Formats: sequence, structure tokens, C-alpha cells
Amino acid sequence: MKKIWAWGALVFGLLYFTLPLIGMTNFSLKMRRGEYSFDAYGKVFSDPRFQETFTYSIMQALFTILFGVLLVVPTAYWVRLKLPRLRPYIEFITLLPLVIPAIVIVFGYIRLYNTSSWLPLTGSIFGTNVLLMFGYAILALPYMYRAVDTGLRTIDIATLTEAAQSLGAGWATILGRIILPNVLVAVLSGAFLTFAIVIGEFTMAALLNRPAFGPYMQLLGANRAYEPAALAVIAFGITWGCLGLIQLVSRFQKSAPPKA
Amino acid sequence: MSSAHTGARPPARRLPLHWLGVLPFAAFVLLFLILPTMKIVVGAFQTPEGGFTFDNIIGLFTPSILSAYWISIKISIASALLGCLIGFAIASAVVFGGLPKWIRGPLLTFSGVASNFAGVPLAFAFLATLGPVGILTVFLRSNFGLDLRLLGFNLLSFWGLTVTYLFFQIPLMILIITPALDGLKREWREAAEILGATGLQYWRMVAFPILLPSLLGTLALLFANAFGAVATAIALTGSSLSIVPILLFAQIRGDVLGNPHLGYALAFGMIVVTGIANAIYIWLRARSERWLK
Repeated sequence: MKKIWAWGALVFGLLYFTLPLIGMTNFSLKMRRGEYSFDAYGKVFSDPRFQETFTYSIMQALFTILFGVLLVVPTAYWVRLKLPRLRPYIEFITLLPLVIPAIVIVFGYIRLYNTSSWLPLTGSIFGTNVLLMFGYAILALPYMYRAVDTGLRTIDIATLTEAAQSLGAGWATILGRIILPNVLVAVLSGAFLTFAIVIGEFTMAALLNRPAFGPYMQLLGANRAYEPAALAVIAFGITWGCLGLIQLVSRFQKSAPPKA
Repeated sequence: MSSAHTGARPPARRLPLHWLGVLPFAAFVLLFLILPTMKIVVGAFQTPEGGFTFDNIIGLFTPSILSAYWISIKISIASALLGCLIGFAIASAVVFGGLPKWIRGPLLTFSGVASNFAGVPLAFAFLATLGPVGILTVFLRSNFGLDLRLLGFNLLSFWGLTVTYLFFQIPLMILIITPALDGLKREWREAAEILGATGLQYWRMVAFPILLPSLLGTLALLFANAFGAVATAIALTGSSLSIVPILLFAQIRGDVLGNPHLGYALAFGMIVVTGIANAIYIWLRARSERWLK
């Protein structure tokens, strides 16, 4: 009796989650009348706008990851080492991007950094790109900070720091050659999640008028029939790939037991 | 956690220079998170000339804006409630239902992927499934003679959006509630059974009260999650359904309300709603951690 109920819930879940995936895959293959083909994918991949926007979003993702790592790793390390009393406050701040909707944050950017402000970031293309990257760094902050902070918990940073200092290492050496390699798995998890978030992000890129992959998908969705389904399959593949990579790298961490 | 700093404290009292270490982070967060948000909050209470006013907030209480908030809140509540219910059913089926053990790992991995699969592509997936020529729509029409449209279902409507949002709500629920279900100790159930409780009594009087804070907390989180979702809604409905994120999007793009400061107030309202939902979540999570350790 209980088992029937449990199987029922599982089968319902399975149906609900596989049907849209089957639907989009099926639709993406039906561009040619009467037979399955990869025409929609061919159309998408050969579209110069696709290549342009996809490259743009990948570059944005890579810069966001680089900036996020440079910002979060030293900060999380420093707070754990020297300012542990600040930790709850920093943690609260890093969770704020989950509370404040992205559309509100970008609205603030547009009003705060417009051409007539003290920091006219939206006045130039380069400035807007940087602003968008900062926005993505904010969106990724909750995931990045949590990942790195959890990673730092598993190593004894005080001892490592003292050992390095007594051997004459400066802060840059400690961070770059001792702390970073030790939390690399955590950093990579944060990085892959950041990549998954940035690559399809729509709201910020659309409102800052940057040619990113998210707005391109939306535009194509409004005008075409089969290509959007192909894009959805591609996007799902990327998300799956990023999350799969996180699982893969965190296997390496299993050997080190967490320590409070 | 406090043991980490004891060895590194400098021997003599010096100027507290180590505060400088968090300066880059503080400056970044201030400039690109706090100040932009404050700009919106302050702007909601300003006249175009810069004086203080409540007019913008009062301006929200017009029928069209109120109905946008109301639809948004209804969709968020519906998708949060259903997400909680279905997610709980699936999670408890896997944890207690006697299903094969190997299902658990793939389910959690898939939930991680699906809870991140939101936005534009998700809308496409549902259009290809439940849209006018979607696979399920066509299948039901040609095999069972069921026309979803005649039955009153439209993907670009309240229920359509709710069904779509469930795709990231249910997995989020599964991810959050599975650890809580694991935290229910076997001894509690055994103790209840020895004292003569039936299965239903155990659930009603032991398990459910313990789980209640995490259930309600997750409900609040799912609510905020749906309320702030912009991309899925826009890609799915264009601008045909007037919900708050879509309205705000149009307002930022082209001042459709005809008053920039009303836009601030609209955004401020969003912060208030998601802020309340998250405050409830944080408060209840702290309560639930008392039992589930």
C-alpha cells in the first residue's frame, strides 16, 4: 500500500520532468516536414548572431568567474583568519542577492551609473560590459561565497598561514600558492555554478542592452518556431554539464573530512 | 569556527589595520548592491524634484498596478504551495517509501540541474510541450480528442505560468526538504509505535510538528523565488500577462507608467514582498534547526 503511493509520487514526478524535456527535444528535431533532422540546430549554429552572443556570454562568464574568485577568496580567507566576528554579517550580505530581485538591482544600476552620474559606466560600451560583469558577480555572490567559505572550513588556515609566514611567504604567496590550491575544488564548484547562471541570464543583459545569449534566445523565441527548442536543448545541456562537473570535482574532496 | 583566529592574533595591540582586508569586498558590495538598491528605495519616496513624498507609494494603489501585484502574488503562492506539496511527496517517497536506494542520488543530481534550469529556455521547453502545437497538446487532441484550449487551459495564463514555474520549484523543495526528512530520527518513530501510535498519529503529532518550520520556511523561499522570476515569464508570455516583473521590465525599458518615480515604487514593492518572504524563511529556518541537527 505504502509502496504504491511512493511509486505513484515518483512516476508523477518523472512524467512531469521528462515531458518538457522530451517535448523540447522532439520539437527541435522537427524542422524538416515529416522526418526528424538536425536542421534547427544547423540553423542556430550557423547564425552569426548566435556565435556572437554565445561568445559574448562565455567571455562575460569567464570574467565574472575571474573577478569573483579574486574578490571572494581573499575576503573569505581574511574574514576567517582575522575577523571571525564579521562572518555572520558578511554571510548575510552575500545572501542579499537572493532577496533583492535581479531586475531591481539592474534598475538601480541604470539610475545610479547613467551618463550624467559621477561614475558614467553606461556611457560607453566597455563601461556597460564592466557593469554587467559586476552585476553577474553580485548574482553569483551567494553561491561563490558559500562554496569558498565551506572549502576554507575544511582546512586549518591559521596553521597554514603561520607555517607559510615563518618560511618567509608574503600575503600574495600565501593566497595564491597555499590557500587557493587547497580550496580549488570549492572554487571550481562556485565557478561552474557561476557559468551556468551567467550563460543564459536574461534580465540584466536585456536591460543594459548588451548582446548576450539570454536576450538573443528571447528574441529568437518571439520570432521563430523550431530554433528556440534547439536553443533550449543546448541550454539544458550546458546546465547539466556545469552541474555534472561540480559533482565530478567534489568527488575529489570526499577524501578530506570536514572540520568545524 | 572561533578556534581559527586564536593563533593568528597579533601579540601587541596595534592600530586595527586588518579591517582594511575586507575593504575591496565592502566597496564592491556597497557600490553594486547596497547603493543601487538604496537608490530605488529612496527614489520611491521622492518627488521628481527630490523632495520627500508618499505619492509614489499611494500611486501603486491603482487598479492596474494592484491587479499586477495580485496576479504575481497568486502565481507565487500557487506555485510555492504546489511545489512544496509535490516536492514533499517525491522526497518522502524516496526517503521513507521503500523505493530502491539508487534512485536517491540521481534524483538529487537532477533536482540540482532542474532548479537551475529556469529562464528563457524553460519557457521554450514548455511551449514545445503544452503550447498550441506542443507535443502533449497534440498527443491529447489526436489520441483522446481532448482539446486543452477548449478545456480552458492556456499556457500564457495563470495556470500555465504556475505549471511552468513548478519545474524549478519542485526540485528546489526536494533539495531543501530531503536533509530535513533525513533528520527525522528512527527512534522517534519507534518510540511513538511502542506507545501505541498509528502511522497517521506519528505523522500528525510527531513528524509534522517537527517538520512544520522547515516546510513553512521553504514555502516562503519558493514564494520569493517565483515572485522575482522575470525571464521565464517574459519569454513565455511576451507582455500579454501583466505581472509585476513584466510591468517593471516594461517600465525600465520605456516608462510605460509615465512616471519614473512610480517605477521606483513598483521596484520597492517587489523588495518589500520578497524581503518579507525571506525574513519568514530565515526566522523559521533558525527554529527548525533546533530539532534537526
